[in-house]
Amino acid sequence: MDEHEKKLSAEHRSLTRRLLLLAVAMFGFGFLLVPLYDVFCEITGFGGRTNASAATVEEAPDLSREIRVEFVTTVNSYAPFEFAADVDSMTVNPGKMYFATFTAKNLTRADKVAQAIPSVAPVSAAEHFTKIECFCFTSQEFAANEARAMPLQFIVDPKLPEYVDTITLQYTFFDTARSAANGAL
Amino acid sequence: MSSTVADALDHDEEHGPEKGIGRWLFATNHKDIGTMYLIFSLTMFFIGGAMAMVIRSELAIPGLQFVHPEFFNSMTTMHALIMVFGAVMPAFVGLANWMIPLMIGAPDMALPRMNNWSFWILPVAFGILLSTLFMPGGAPAGGWTMYPPLILQTGDAFPFLIFSVHLMGISSIMGAINVIVTIINMRAPDMTLLKMPMFVWTWLITAYLLIAVMPVLAGAVTMLLTDQFFGTSFFLAAGGGDPVMFQHIFWFFGHPEVYIMILPAFGVVSEIIPTFARKPLFGHDSMVYAASCIAFLSFIVWAHHMFTVGMPLTGQLFFMFATMLIAVPTGVKVFNWVATMWRGSMTFETPMLFSLAFVFLFTIGGFSGLMLAAAPADIQYHDTYFVVAHFHYVLVPGSVFAIMAGAYYWLPKWTGHMYSERLGKLHFWTSTIFVNVTFFPMHFLGLAGMPRRIPDYSTQFTDFNTIASIGAIGFGVSQLIFVAVLLTAYKGSKATDRVWEGTRGLEWTVPSPAPYHTFETPPKARIASEVFE
Repeated sequence: MDEHEKKLSAEHRSLTRRLLLLAVAMFGFGFLLVPLYDVFCEITGFGGRTNASAATVEEAPDLSREIRVEFVTTVNSYAPFEFAADVDSMTVNPGKMYFATFTAKNLTRADKVAQAIPSVAPVSAAEHFTKIECFCFTSQEFAANEARAMPLQFIVDPKLPEYVDTITLQYTFFDTARSAANGAL
Repeated sequence: MSSTVADALDHDEEHGPEKGIGRWLFATNHKDIGTMYLIFSLTMFFIGGAMAMVIRSELAIPGLQFVHPEFFNSMTTMHALIMVFGAVMPAFVGLANWMIPLMIGAPDMALPRMNNWSFWILPVAFGILLSTLFMPGGAPAGGWTMYPPLILQTGDAFPFLIFSVHLMGISSIMGAINVIVTIINMRAPDMTLLKMPMFVWTWLITAYLLIAVMPVLAGAVTMLLTDQFFGTSFFLAAGGGDPVMFQHIFWFFGHPEVYIMILPAFGVVSEIIPTFARKPLFGHDSMVYAASCIAFLSFIVWAHHMFTVGMPLTGQLFFMFATMLIAVPTGVKVFNWVATMWRGSMTFETPMLFSLAFVFLFTIGGFSGLMLAAAPADIQYHDTYFVVAHFHYVLVPGSVFAIMAGAYYWLPKWTGHMYSERLGKLHFWTSTIFVNVTFFPMHFLGLAGMPRRIPDYSTQFTDFNTIASIGAIGFGVSQLIFVAVLLTAYKGSKATDRVWEGTRGLEWTVPSPAPYHTFETPPKARIASEVFE
């Protein structure tokens, strides 16, 4: 092997190594997108995300403005529950605390654990809809055939954009059996 | 690796290929591997095509005729996976293997043994993917985009789908590394980067795209796998994950993937049009910059595939305008092809015909792409046949026609004989007529609201569907003419070294057929375009 060939094969090796490194780095980048996406959603309220744990907010009612808050409930496929809001909608003043209750029933003769996942529309309202207390903060245990009312305590931030007059809060009810067995919750 | 390189360079005496099956199993010669890639791609083209025939037969008239809806969904999913990863991508890798070393005056690809691996992984990957057709629960039917949670309902096929996608990714990444190392390290002396032929340039850019995004796809499908079997909740809402995130990660891969399938096509067409217009390529350097621009923009437009999932207004505006911006460099390319032909002495052999059809029909696909890029309009078009029409226009008379053009253009260099121009022209005209009969009515279906991925439809969609199905059968049968061209390729007259009158470039300085080993010493010509001046 003469000088030129030696140099060439060294060049091949070093470039190949750098390109492989790039491929591995991009594989890592794919996973890095997961926390990045979370941060992005939390900052922008993208995907209708709301606070995931209890918050404390000072009340400062703005009685001049009325907002309609609608409740939508969905039971995920295969989840053996009935789940509905006790009222379909409420008219609220920003900056004032409100209570709402949701009722769920376990339709099976076995104990079940459920988890409600919230989403707020429009997206621009998500960061202004604060839950003081919510049954969605933790998973909910149900005995066989148990039915139970679950509380929600919320406050709409007066900084809610002017053009929003209706907020839709939507809950999807999941049977956590699968993810609990997987150790995810 | 060093010993391989040494092997390729140390033998001074000419020696032919190994005898028997070993020549192919242990192939390290770029021409052999290129040939295998091309044959594999053609095989997959017919398997994927057969699935398209099932789809179009079922859709020829309303109601359920031939197949169960679940199987129909498997057909659309498998058709897409096979055509994207099995037909179009390997065809371009095959052309790259054959032509890049010849075009840059290199004796072989830089990493011949890795080259062998990257090819032989493919039949295994597609063997696994096709085997899912016979598994309990059927082949994957959730769409080639593999969106969760639907794809997680796949039966036994699920882990096999993921594993085969992993293998395809590994194969593509190794192929891409090989292309980059070859182009960067093994060009003829004095062939500076900007003097490289366009096909080499577009492949260099494509290879970088492949290395950047195939690992991201691998990551996304790995997350699906762990969600299904190992208790993670990347995409499971109940566990705190978000299924929409999959769409973001997938399309972060998916949009550059679109350009991975079209940039080499641009390269092929940029080689062919100057030859048959007998003029040098107009604006070579601007073509390079345009291709680089397209590659860069492809990374910041992904969310235009998912306008309907809901996104802040600023997000919609950003992705809409960034997408529309891609029309600018693409327009530069189309302009340059037309300017190359302007006042040229054009002749219309089969490769040129396919290239002209490419320029015209790809542009139609580009325009429907612009329509889809408009966020407010896209909400209407999303998941309708308009989208199907759009991406088939850019992939079939786009990528596939460019591959066909390249195959006809270089076939005499590969075989040493001129193919039957009569059969070639017949293939071209039947393909071009039927491709339009198939896909043009789909625009109307989509605008009228027919959703994609359904086995049955409302009766008002009947006429256009019947027309599309007739066109599809015609297009499918037309491709058999190409097989006839290949089978009779050895019968034609001897090809000269230059093959076509207007060719320039190093690949035309070697004899036809190209000997087993070429450019064992680097060519003297300073740059390719000077060879015949």
